[in-house]
Amino acid sequence: MGAANTDFLLSVEDLHKGFDGRPVLKGVELGVPRGSVFTVMGPSGTGKSVFLKCLANVLQPDSGRISFDGVHLSARDHAARADFRRRCSFLFQSNALFDSLTALENVALPLEQTTSLSDRKIRERSLEALQQLELDNFRDKYPGQLSGGMQKRLALARAIVTHPELVIFDEPTAGLDPLRRNAVFEMIAKYQRRFSFTALIVTHDVTEALIASDRVALLNHGTICFEGTPSEFSASGHPVVSDFRDSSEALGHSLALIRSGEASKKQTSPLAST
Amino acid sequence: MTGMLHLLGRQTLGLVSGFGDFALFSARAFASVMSPKRLGRRVIRAVYEQGTVCLPVILIVGIFTGLVLGLQGYHVLKRFGSESLLGALVSLSLVREMAPVLASLMLVGQAGSALAAELGIQRNTEQIVALETMGVNSLGYLVAPRLLAALLVFPIQTALFVVLGLWGGALSGSLLLGVDSGVYWSSVEQAVEARDIRECFIKAAAFGLLSITICAYQGYHADRCRSATGARAVSASTTRAVVLSSIMVLVADYVISSFFV
Repeated sequence: MGAANTDFLLSVEDLHKGFDGRPVLKGVELGVPRGSVFTVMGPSGTGKSVFLKCLANVLQPDSGRISFDGVHLSARDHAARADFRRRCSFLFQSNALFDSLTALENVALPLEQTTSLSDRKIRERSLEALQQLELDNFRDKYPGQLSGGMQKRLALARAIVTHPELVIFDEPTAGLDPLRRNAVFEMIAKYQRRFSFTALIVTHDVTEALIASDRVALLNHGTICFEGTPSEFSASGHPVVSDFRDSSEALGHSLALIRSGEASKKQTSPLAST
Repeated sequence: MTGMLHLLGRQTLGLVSGFGDFALFSARAFASVMSPKRLGRRVIRAVYEQGTVCLPVILIVGIFTGLVLGLQGYHVLKRFGSESLLGALVSLSLVREMAPVLASLMLVGQAGSALAAELGIQRNTEQIVALETMGVNSLGYLVAPRLLAALLVFPIQTALFVVLGLWGGALSGSLLLGVDSGVYWSSVEQAVEARDIRECFIKAAAFGLLSITICAYQGYHADRCRSATGARAVSASTTRAVVLSSIMVLVADYVISSFFV
């Protein structure tokens, strides 16, 4: 999993980050193959958001290496960081859309501010992105006037309008019902194939992630405790993997035990006979 | 005793570090004026937002300030038999002090608070982080146009305040209290010199830059609020922005005045 490995578009080596002496990331190692859908899963509070913020350069890691397309993204190498930003897009959990801008203006924003394209070209490309995401009829609406699913698609339109090579999705299905969760993963898979970008998804939705991803990793207590294909994940006997994977079954067992305990109490209670 | 020294030390260090942080923010914000693309459109938008929002308040406060100055000034000057100097009193009070200070305070209350709240919400909803991840200089995109707009809007609104104040003074002095209109306007013309107008515009521009930078700083760093999070942090940062800007306008007024007197 070396930085020089050109099979990986993004690679992370021995990444450490802590706050006030409390370590959150304890040597994360990861390689995201080009053109794949790579999902990092993990329970809440295991450092997924901190990991993403380190990738986005919002937080500075304490130590370790992040490499993009074989180039080390050092904090001092502004050219490499700028190149990474140009070739990578983030899709935030909250969508982070500009509520004072229309859908079209939101999509046009990265092109207006980071390219030298003409106004006409920017409008063409923004409309094309909106059309591809089936939002062209809502170009003059503000984000607040769109449904949750439409906002998610609008955020994706803004993310892909710059034709990025890597799109990072932060908890894209957080707070959504199962049907919408499926729709979001379907959308990611569909557009990932259409635009051929590499997708890095951070989520805790196991079932959908296993169906939609080419590779998955499990982040637990600040380290990657599993990395492999979805079928390897399903077959893994690693205790943390099986705990996370079979969490719904475990809940079923716990509930069954609680119910059976209540039933036996009822049987032994003097009131039960009355 | 040791506890008190610790507290004093902590407060002093906090204050020094806060000033340093604000100075860095200001330097970056001013430097970012050079970087953003399509700055012109955003400046026009900011001028429209700052200018139109505050216009009705400036009109009302300007006229009533002039009316009160005319009324109070007339009764004071009458004691010395110098009613003919009413125009000089109203115009110099307005041009040198009241117009830049009051217009700036009105602008801080309206445009400054709106800016702090808007940036605070943008910080809370990750819009500022989103800009940074897109490779957009967030200070250049969000703050620089507001600073340039303040350089235009504050002096223009101040000039408007002066004109309306003079009309207010004429209304109460000439129309209601019987000072001759010609005497009033002639006194205005003789009293106001070019250096007074220069002082007025320098103050307005300085107050504009200072207060908009303070409001932008507070809103931009709404997430640093220690006592609250979320909507309360935005509310706290907006309040702090208005209070600090108002105080700093008065402090800067004294400093600039001391150079001109």
